[in-house]
Amino acid sequence: MAAAEEESAVKEPLDLIRLSLDERIYVKLRSDRELRGKLHAYDQHLNMILGDVEEIVTTVEIDDETYEEIVRTTRRTVPFLFVRGDGVILVSPPLRTA
Amino acid sequence: MLFFSYFKDLVGREVTVELKNDLAIRGTLHSVDQYLNIKLENTRVVDQDKYPHMLSVRNCFIRGSVVRYVQLPPEGVDVELLHDATRREARGG
Repeated sequence: MAAAEEESAVKEPLDLIRLSLDERIYVKLRSDRELRGKLHAYDQHLNMILGDVEEIVTTVEIDDETYEEIVRTTRRTVPFLFVRGDGVILVSPPLRTA
Repeated sequence: MLFFSYFKDLVGREVTVELKNDLAIRGTLHSVDQYLNIKLENTRVVDQDKYPHMLSVRNCFIRGSVVRYVQLPPEGVDVELLHDATRREARGG
């Protein structure tokens, strides 16, 4: 197999993440958290270092009187973040328009 | 091994460790081990009003498994170095 082909072939799930290095990815985490950031490093546990990260936390509160669900999202940005892999639910690479 | 080595190089820097129970602790990274257990010195809890019982804690050991995030100092992140190390690790290095 040619070297270039070997670099870009997706044979196992983690290859997809390898190809997202230095790209902005979407990460869904436990406890209703989502991250968007540039992937700088990862390992087989899906521990990651992301840059220019936006975190979105979704919380649902019940209104005391109407019992309606109030969905709140809180956002914050962090320059560099290490994310422990055990909280990761899914990782999605950027949309490639080619 | 990648992140173990990375955090070893980060020893002596200020980091903020966010735990799975939402407690955030800022301190100087004293040491780290293969499980990414972390020892912090000169610690302070980020939200002291919410966690006043932690006021007197000045250094602590954090079990790696309870960590959610570690906020890294920008000067402690060499992006090119991380990319190379990650590619090496992905090849099974």
